[in-house]
Amino acid sequence: MMVKILDVLIGGLLMGGIYALIAAGFSLQYGVARVLNVSHGEFIMLGAFATWSLYTLWGVNPLISLILCAPIFFIIGFIIHRTYYKRLRISSESLAVFEGNSMLASFGLLFIIQNIALIVWGAPVKGYSYLAYPVSFFGAVFSANRIVTLFASVILGFIFYLFLARTRLGKAIRAAAQDPDAAELMGVSINQVLALCFGFGSMMAGLGGLLISMTSVMITPFMGLEYTLIAIIVVVLGGLGNIKGSFIGGFILGLVGTIVSYIQPGLSLVAYYLIFLLLLSVRPTGILGK
Amino acid sequence: MTRRYFWPGILVLLLILLAGFPRYASAYKVIFLTNVLMYVIITLSWVIFSGATGYISLAPAAFFGVGVYASAILSKSLFLPVFIAIGGLASFCLAFLVGALTLRLRGMYFTMFTFGLVELIRHFTQWWEVNVTGTVGRLVLALDHTTIYYAMVIIFLLVLLTSYGIRRSKFGLALQSIGECEEAAAHTGVNVTRVKVFTFALSAFFIGVVGATMTMRWQYIDPPTAFDIRLSFMPVLMAIFGGMGHLYGPIVGASIFSVLDEILATKFPYYYMLLFGVTMFVVILFMPHGVEGVIQKWRQREKGGPSEKT
Amino acid sequence: MRILEVEGVRKNFGGLAAASDVTFHAQDGEIVGLIGPNGAGKTTLFNLVSGALTPDSGLIRFKGKNITGLKPYQITRLGIARTFQSVKVFPKMSVFNHVLLGYSFGNPKSTPADETLKEITEILDFVGLSEMREFRSKDLILAHQKRLEVARALATKPELLLLDELMAGLNHTEVLQAMELVRKIREKGVAILMVEHVMKAIMDICDRIVVLHHGEKIAEGRPEEVATNEAVVEVYLGE
Repeated sequence: MMVKILDVLIGGLLMGGIYALIAAGFSLQYGVARVLNVSHGEFIMLGAFATWSLYTLWGVNPLISLILCAPIFFIIGFIIHRTYYKRLRISSESLAVFEGNSMLASFGLLFIIQNIALIVWGAPVKGYSYLAYPVSFFGAVFSANRIVTLFASVILGFIFYLFLARTRLGKAIRAAAQDPDAAELMGVSINQVLALCFGFGSMMAGLGGLLISMTSVMITPFMGLEYTLIAIIVVVLGGLGNIKGSFIGGFILGLVGTIVSYIQPGLSLVAYYLIFLLLLSVRPTGILGK
Repeated sequence: MTRRYFWPGILVLLLILLAGFPRYASAYKVIFLTNVLMYVIITLSWVIFSGATGYISLAPAAFFGVGVYASAILSKSLFLPVFIAIGGLASFCLAFLVGALTLRLRGMYFTMFTFGLVELIRHFTQWWEVNVTGTVGRLVLALDHTTIYYAMVIIFLLVLLTSYGIRRSKFGLALQSIGECEEAAAHTGVNVTRVKVFTFALSAFFIGVVGATMTMRWQYIDPPTAFDIRLSFMPVLMAIFGGMGHLYGPIVGASIFSVLDEILATKFPYYYMLLFGVTMFVVILFMPHGVEGVIQKWRQREKGGPSEKT
Repeated sequence: MRILEVEGVRKNFGGLAAASDVTFHAQDGEIVGLIGPNGAGKTTLFNLVSGALTPDSGLIRFKGKNITGLKPYQITRLGIARTFQSVKVFPKMSVFNHVLLGYSFGNPKSTPADETLKEITEILDFVGLSEMREFRSKDLILAHQKRLEVARALATKPELLLLDELMAGLNHTEVLQAMELVRKIREKGVAILMVEHVMKAIMDICDRIVVLHHGEKIAEGRPEEVATNEAVVEVYLGE
């Protein structure tokens, strides 16, 4: 019995850590840059595929891929914002119009990325095995890769938290999320911050995908959508624009999902949606929202 | 005098052409046109709600899929008009529920919720078929393409008349007011929530009906076929490209893109969505009001138009 | 008869008390002015009366009936109409249709088409927008857009009209025209509650004035009384 609980707990924390990461990235993109990036999950998918390629084709250790992929995904996101979303923002009549337009543009981006993945990697399911040997933890048996992933997501989350709380840039981002105009007056270059946030968002998605791929999950070009939804639900749960909330919400949802999967596998997304529904009916601002 | 009968005249002509089409055209062309009609209807339905109110719904694929399943389950025991009506009704009810819960909130929450609806229902249906009914996918009694074609023409006519009727009515005025300034509309006596929810459900009805009808072309359906996110994407792209101010916008946009869709889907089945994704990207940035907007701007430049401000 | 009674109304936003225990009333056919420095809570009060916001506590009565917590469309249909500080017209809608909308949806009973047309024409004449009935509201100058808001509100046949800064942004001539319009509305028997910064207008037209500051009522009375009230003078001079 104790073993089962531990199994579910650790599993929940594991998924929670990954959810927290991808939700925080999504929150940065929507909370600060005001882009509801429905293609977020596709970056996750790319992260998974990139890791797979690096591992199976060139034998690169996924943990090393982490260091390689982070800057690449960041740059991709940064460039996409600078070249496209920034222009869209300028040409949109109001913030509300921009939010709608950028969401639709992201919808287009979803198909662009998904199709590129289809072309490059093809439709058949992929996966790889890394650190797949069993490890005993208080009597419960886990795959080593899951333990490593758990630690990695916690560490990444912590690094990110420190970045937001302690560094100048992090503070500028938080200021921009709260009040863009005031932040601009204080000398924060808003355009830079927006592009950086978008870049960080895609970076965290890529890293999330990397971690997901390590848990021996099936990698396909169509896996992204589900994670986008999870990110949306977590962000609403934690409060739109509230990054700390995204972390907490991620863990809550991860735990819920693992429990539900234990009782009835395949219904975790339904459970998430019921929570979503409940949230929107009772407290749309989320648990930490205003 | 001739002005008044121009558009109805065009409509009658169009209907005559559509009605006579199967007699002179090949089966392939009839099926092709059926597909075009499908997109036109879904786009028009989408515009009835999202075009008027500005609340972007990404749920068409969900309503289509509900219609598909209603049809698949009931087609063996009921007549065509009955089960497609039920398909429409099921979608209506789903939309009513979703709308009642999420349309009280900011537009973005609504959009987010509708975006996930497709995936949610697909997941749930998959789970249901695996765990409850035991078989994934269903066999469907297919109908001949001509019957389906005529059904689609009738549905097209219904949506067109409904769209037109709404635009000319006080209800349409209320819808317009919600889209242009919801707070003022509420203070002018419009029960905004009721209007929004009903209109959303109405647009879902037609999409469900189309889904139920189109099922008859396939012999087998399963959750991924029925709930395909592309069916949420294409109508939105078509409406934006064509423009939503007048009725011709969505029809033009849907016609052009569905033709493109047919051609590209056969030639590059795995790659063509890339092109549409890029199109969306480009259209949003450079012509957010679509073809209509471009025509409108051209007209304004030529005429000037009445204005107190110059 | 007291047409509007606001009793002990409170509204908080986060830590900010936008309305603190506000109590006042308006009589049938009165013109009551609502003044106070920026941020005093005037528009919040309007939002509370019109149903856009719900009070945290307190009561609002209209013609003796409790309307606290009702939705805006319900309150409009009961007989309270309003205009907005930042003019909220429907940009692409014609002047005529604005009034038609108000007439059709702001009144519980429907009327036959020819009578509707007659009444709408009357309203447009009343505010002086007859010639612009086909114009889209975005093509009107500000003064006319404000008149349109009033016309739209009048179409709902209100017994109480809330005017939020009707004179803001108008030049001297337009202000005089607006004041004339307000008098004409009162002559029709409609009570008016108006928020204004243009002091001349307030002092000239209002029967009574209520002064707010930081969400609290600090003074109430006839214009002459309020003008010489120490607390009021201090609040405005300190601005």
